[in-house]
Amino acid sequence: MSLNLNTTFTQLENFGHSFQAPSYRIPIQRPEDIYGAFQFAKKLGLKVTARGTGISYNDVSLNGGGIVLDMRGMNQIAEWDPATGVVRCEPGVTLEQLWQRVEPDGWWPPVVSGTMKTTLGGCLAVNIHGKNNFQVGPIGEHVIEFTAMLPTGALIICSPKKNADLFYAMIGGLGMLGVFTSITLQMKRIFSGLVAVDAWPVPNLSRHLSDLREHAPSHDYIVGWLDAFASGNSLGRGQIHAARQLNEGEDPNPKKTEDLANQHLPDRFFGVVPKSVLHYFMKPMMNNVGMRFVNIGRYLLALRAHTFRQSYDEFHFLLDYVPDWERSFGRGGLIQHQSFLPEETAGDAWREMIRLSHHFGLPSFLGVTKRHRPDQFLLTHSLNGFSLALDFKVTDTNRAKLSAMLQEFDRIVLDVGGRFYFAKNSETNAESTRKFLGDETIAKLKKLKKRCDPNGLLESDLYRRIFS
Amino acid sequence: MSESFTPIGSTQGKPAPATPLNPRRRGLIIGASTGLGAELAHKLAREGYALALLARSKEKLDALCYEINSYGGDAHSYEHNVTDYDEVPSLLLKIVANLGGLDTVIYVASINQPPGGIDKYNFASDRQMVEVNLIGAMAWLTPIAEMFQSAKAGQIVGISSVAGDRGRVGNPGYNTSKAGLTTYLEALRNRLTRHGVNVLTVKPGFMKTEMLKAAPGPTPFAIEPSVAADHILKAMKKRKQVIYAAPIWRWIMLAIQHTPSFVFRKLSF
Repeated sequence: MSLNLNTTFTQLENFGHSFQAPSYRIPIQRPEDIYGAFQFAKKLGLKVTARGTGISYNDVSLNGGGIVLDMRGMNQIAEWDPATGVVRCEPGVTLEQLWQRVEPDGWWPPVVSGTMKTTLGGCLAVNIHGKNNFQVGPIGEHVIEFTAMLPTGALIICSPKKNADLFYAMIGGLGMLGVFTSITLQMKRIFSGLVAVDAWPVPNLSRHLSDLREHAPSHDYIVGWLDAFASGNSLGRGQIHAARQLNEGEDPNPKKTEDLANQHLPDRFFGVVPKSVLHYFMKPMMNNVGMRFVNIGRYLLALRAHTFRQSYDEFHFLLDYVPDWERSFGRGGLIQHQSFLPEETAGDAWREMIRLSHHFGLPSFLGVTKRHRPDQFLLTHSLNGFSLALDFKVTDTNRAKLSAMLQEFDRIVLDVGGRFYFAKNSETNAESTRKFLGDETIAKLKKLKKRCDPNGLLESDLYRRIFS
Repeated sequence: MSESFTPIGSTQGKPAPATPLNPRRRGLIIGASTGLGAELAHKLAREGYALALLARSKEKLDALCYEINSYGGDAHSYEHNVTDYDEVPSLLLKIVANLGGLDTVIYVASINQPPGGIDKYNFASDRQMVEVNLIGAMAWLTPIAEMFQSAKAGQIVGISSVAGDRGRVGNPGYNTSKAGLTTYLEALRNRLTRHGVNVLTVKPGFMKTEMLKAAPGPTPFAIEPSVAADHILKAMKKRKQVIYAAPIWRWIMLAIQHTPSFVFRKLSF
């Protein structure tokens, strides 16, 4: 490979536009390009990180001063079998491409993120979970097989049976063992393009968590919205959305509801305002006072418990409702902190965290809760309990304070046996990571790393931050 | 970290440790071991920059890095002679990788070797001045301009001189090297502004550095390098285009630039 690296120098960002890392971005079309880039990097003494659409909240796909493989070019759905629901894709295929391909045939991706813009390579690298994590686990549990290129140039095929150690380490392995080149997934059968959603309010954190726990078993999906401004007796109040897939026969006309024409997010708000400009109107609200009122209004609207049917994409891809919504946070952007806590300790820990955010004067503008169960991946973030994701606005003046607060959050989480998700938190440091994963897990990972990547070519800003 | 150590020009506390939310900006100073370069290094370190410092003298650089790092800065030394043009691309790659990116570049490296009289000529030393002051700058700023243009971000600061504003009897080689640098920086500015890159040309007058000793005759309005560094930092923050340090030189040079040639030809400075 020969190219002028200087002209590939690109200012790459995280999803929230809150941090930048200039890197040499090399477009990848074929597996051979990955090998070429590895050779090139080795010769020049540079580190390599793969990147899809770059919409992680943190630095997992950033590699300041190094090479970033732009995987978006490897975006072919190689094989799709509507009879079995097995699909084989290149890693740059997005969830959007995938569901639009399989849905008209009566299938749906088993696990999806809150946005459909993510690539499958990225989804596997961080082992994404959805609102159905407590039922079906993370996306890794639905991978039949994948092929990855190791920095040695070897192409390796992994499944739960074959190279199982690498299978469970590379899924969720943050892209630090190899680069996915082909991913085979099992889709799930659906009998309608609609889900039946129950929505009801929860007045405080105890009810919030007990409702998540009690209503999860009778639903396929469950997610809570949490008003992080509320304090006192109302702390942790919010609304729960629990959804159920329709069984065969419940939808008299599944062909129609599964049709792509009935599966698109409306592009105008109230039928008038184009949604592409909506983020400009949201911007003036994005401050502590404005968002307090937005959250109160949201809660008042939630007080009416109701049941309705909604299309699959509307229910799943909340983050895609308003295009570029993250821009409304202003030039400092946003970050997210997500903590996974055991059932017993979640309530107290989150009460402490939310109070702390009020004390710091940095309330979260949006809180989202989910129900989880453990899985067997090496760097798993999941456990038997709940997760809370909190969005924070970043400004030029609050960065140091915000960072200090998030480190406090990490301490609270670790003290009660909680876990972190490395696609989200940006301030978790090496010390917290060691406490979280434990020396044994880290040693296992390092051993696999040595085997797959003997020259240490694969490194991201995240890897240097949490494993240095 | 030594508690008793008082860093030069220290007015602020220790920079905060770097995290994604509190990243260090990344600066490269070419010609950092003494005088203005060293002062700029201290000031940028205080501002929270991670720094790559380049100069010929490894010893002086290491001492400077040690000083900066002992008060919580993050400076790395690279021994380099700016006339080793072929070394630039690989060294730049290494620096950018070590810093994790690059935001600001300051080209300070400069030599001044007057021929020693208004009737003396010395091609060898003229050539050296052009090689260090101008071609060295071009060797570095070419790949950097290319990178910043591609990234649509960055700031380039070139330390030129008031000596580049007119060709004078005392030091034709130095005048030429600095005039060339000023023009080169202007051309870069005209190319890069549209890509969101700022190019600042600094024209210092006399500074109380080693180089001052080379200057024949009187040296009016000479300022300490730390004062010049303050002027430069302020201009960098405001993303200015051209500054004189000290500012009074703007007016002096305005007069000198407009002095007609028939007068200039009779002058002896």
